[in-house]
Amino acid sequence: MKIIQKIGLAIFLICFSIFLLTLGAGKYQLTEATFKASVTDSTHQALLMPNLKEMVGKEYSSNINFIADYNKGFDKTNQKFKDNEEWDKVIYTDYSLPIIKNSSIGFVKDNQMLLFYICFIISALGGAIYMIADLFIQPVAGIKNNNIFKSGITNRGIIAILFSVFLVAFYLFLYKAPTYLSNWILLVDPLSISLTGGEASHWFLYGFLYSLIMLTMGIRVYVKYRHNNYEILRNTSVIFFQLAFAFMIPNILTTLQLPSMDLKNMWPLDYSFFFDYRLDSLLSAGMLGYWMLGWGIFLFVVGVPVMVYFFGKRWYCSWVCGCGGLAETFGDPFRQLSDKSLKAWKYERVIVHSVLVFAVVMTIAVLYNYITGADTILGVSTYAIRETYAFAIGFVFAGAIGTGFYPIMGNRVWCRFGCPLAAYLGIVQRFKSRFRITTNGGQCISCGNCSTYCEMGIDVRAYAQKGENIIRASCVGCGVCAAVCPRGVLKLENLEEEGRFDIYTRPEDK
Amino acid sequence: MKVVIIGNGIAGITTARNIRKQSDHEILVISAESDHFFSRTALMYIYMGHMKYEHTKPYEDWFWEKNRISLKNAYITDIEFENKTLHTAENEQITYDKLVICTGSVPKTFGWPGEDLKGVQGLYSKQDVELMEENTANIKQAVIIGGGLIGIEMAEMLHSRGIEVNFLIREKYYWNSILPLEEAQLVNRHINEHHIKLLINTELEEIISDDDNRVKAIKTKDGKVIDCQFVGLTTGVTPNIKFLKDSVLETDRGVLVNEFLETNIPDVYSLGDCAQFRNPKEKHPPIEQLWYTGKMQGEALAKTICGTKTNYNRGIWFNSAKFLDIEYQTYGLMFNKPSEDENTFYWEHPNGKICFRANFAKSDGSLRGFNFFGMRFKQTVADTWIRNENNISNCITHLNQGFFDAEFSANHHKKILEHFNETYPSYKVELPKKKKFLIF
Repeated sequence: MKIIQKIGLAIFLICFSIFLLTLGAGKYQLTEATFKASVTDSTHQALLMPNLKEMVGKEYSSNINFIADYNKGFDKTNQKFKDNEEWDKVIYTDYSLPIIKNSSIGFVKDNQMLLFYICFIISALGGAIYMIADLFIQPVAGIKNNNIFKSGITNRGIIAILFSVFLVAFYLFLYKAPTYLSNWILLVDPLSISLTGGEASHWFLYGFLYSLIMLTMGIRVYVKYRHNNYEILRNTSVIFFQLAFAFMIPNILTTLQLPSMDLKNMWPLDYSFFFDYRLDSLLSAGMLGYWMLGWGIFLFVVGVPVMVYFFGKRWYCSWVCGCGGLAETFGDPFRQLSDKSLKAWKYERVIVHSVLVFAVVMTIAVLYNYITGADTILGVSTYAIRETYAFAIGFVFAGAIGTGFYPIMGNRVWCRFGCPLAAYLGIVQRFKSRFRITTNGGQCISCGNCSTYCEMGIDVRAYAQKGENIIRASCVGCGVCAAVCPRGVLKLENLEEEGRFDIYTRPEDK
Repeated sequence: MKVVIIGNGIAGITTARNIRKQSDHEILVISAESDHFFSRTALMYIYMGHMKYEHTKPYEDWFWEKNRISLKNAYITDIEFENKTLHTAENEQITYDKLVICTGSVPKTFGWPGEDLKGVQGLYSKQDVELMEENTANIKQAVIIGGGLIGIEMAEMLHSRGIEVNFLIREKYYWNSILPLEEAQLVNRHINEHHIKLLINTELEEIISDDDNRVKAIKTKDGKVIDCQFVGLTTGVTPNIKFLKDSVLETDRGVLVNEFLETNIPDVYSLGDCAQFRNPKEKHPPIEQLWYTGKMQGEALAKTICGTKTNYNRGIWFNSAKFLDIEYQTYGLMFNKPSEDENTFYWEHPNGKICFRANFAKSDGSLRGFNFFGMRFKQTVADTWIRNENNISNCITHLNQGFFDAEFSANHHKKILEHFNETYPSYKVELPKKKKFLIF
């Protein structure tokens, strides 16, 4: 079985290497036809073509050169208008991604389907073999965190740092230069066309990878926690919400030419919910659009307080949310890396609540702008506020740091330090909720498994050893502290509010 | 007043923390084992790679200075009780007004031939784990002598590294000196399920050396030779009080104390693993080597030192352990056989990994205690029921109130209750009536 496990790993690593190599493979050639297919606006065609003339017919073996030449021509076109201050003529549409995709020739283009299977399907199967083999290597169910702190990938070794660098780089390109990822996007084109009728964007690639990784790493969670029904159900729930709500439904809505929306995503995590283009799209889509707008507002106005009161913030953070779902599946091997110090907790409270304030202020500014038509608020450009938020929080914090730093700072960096929705859910959980982690009398032996494996960096033991229930704004209710406890001391539950803060006192001391 | 505590385990640290909560006494904690308090119960997890040493510290390092608890890493070689002075191995002198001795245990051995060989060791301290790390590097086979709680921990540790484990126990079933037969059999099966080789009814004769003074095999009393490169001696622990022998402090196996944890010398106290009660409570052992008791003793002693003389009261007995993957909780005094005036009820899940036992008085059915395997139960519920001598039929009816397994876990209440009615038909226990909920 260990051999089979190694074969699984080898399959995955080979496929993953091919996936990486694919980025640099393939050739590119711009033709009149591909140019016209990519630049759909005929005015733009006429403006751009003269400056791209030199590219036409030339075969590029590297996408870097291709993109450089394209950008040169594009900038040249615009520079002229800018110099002449003909602002209305400047081209703002970014055609680089469709152009490079349509210009792809050679290996990648010719073997689109084959590479799709190798990079995604076979690699996922290799991963699945690796995870499932554990069923036979560790045939007796139970918590087996053996060697977690002895393995480089799960204990901040060189490989973990390299992996982190890779993830951060991926986010950088995804957000800032998706053109360079064109070969990967090309691979998911057939799938995108069959699902939505349109070619894949970089966001389609991202959504597809996200779902695939959650599904594959979800298998690992099923195997690891197979003796724990809470974990099995929770895992099923996050995978379901990712596949159905985050991936399939929005794509189906796109196919039906309806406004696409992830119906489980919620403001303020979904920070662009009140942006003008999204409001316009919803308000122009008839009843369905109104309903979607209403649903989005209902979720955070009524859904959050009511559901958190009855179940704690876990109903969202570790059962529904996409960020949480990735953290609980892909991120599970890194949960022990969160910082448990009091200092980290102090930083956490300041940062996460600041982000919440920022999100609220930004949204008010954007709505003010939308309703009144003024583009500044108190002398500050609302567009600038919105772009700052999108860049600093949406991209750097949630993406590059939030996921990129899994192997360094644990799997919930974003949820703990950055997510404004988590901050909001947390305030309700802390002050008005039936949820708590109950401590079983004086049973704690202070071993520290609970604190070590708390992804939110809560020092669970500090409460448990005092006989105190754990009621913390940040707790996402993943249930792992209770699962790893060797003495049955912890239980997540929803009980009556009264007495949730009571500390256990021995009858002898009463 | 200056209180000096020798030993920074759970007993010493609980004493120190509670003295600080109640007073402004100067507090000094001395240990030769580690600079800071760590959880001894978690040592196995360091070896298995579940945790690092850092994770076993229940308090961050700044905690001690902030709470004005001084720490000193030193080994005490000698105590001059008449001058209230301690001597360290580095010839330093430390004076005290009140002294607390909680030096814990050392592994107990029985003078077996070869017990001092390289690769032979017990498991108690941080140093023992470090040594074990060294002793078990790149080995294939190990033998563990003695079927107690440390023995099974060691078996799990070695097993996690893929080392073949031979587990020698004197009885027919694991820990049968404490566990009733059915529970001991359940653990036996679980040990076998993990392919840890359990050698029952087997005792050690001698440990055989190779040319380098390292263990190469062991020989059992019935002449069997088992190759191994490591031997774990886990036949219990004994108080770590060698440095106190031949002093005016009265000792037996441990430092002799009364129920206030006072020794024969005024202002000198002892507690935890190394203390021995002169008059233990009926059915209670004279030396209590448990995390829980160390903690409770520390709480009581701190009160005494701070002026409220308080006796140590164990309360309703409870304990817990984990045998590989099976958790164990016990409440009340549960021995391997029920007392003569007790009835016993046992239920086991068909999967053979979950079981439940209740002992109750033959005369009036009042509850005496519970055993839970593979099932979690609330201490407060069990404690109240045993304390109040709740009737067994009432307990079985309301067992649901105490279940503490994770949400969505299987509930065995109905099966337990049915089996109870079959075993003790005269009680006729019924499931509690379900409350009817009106929704909207």
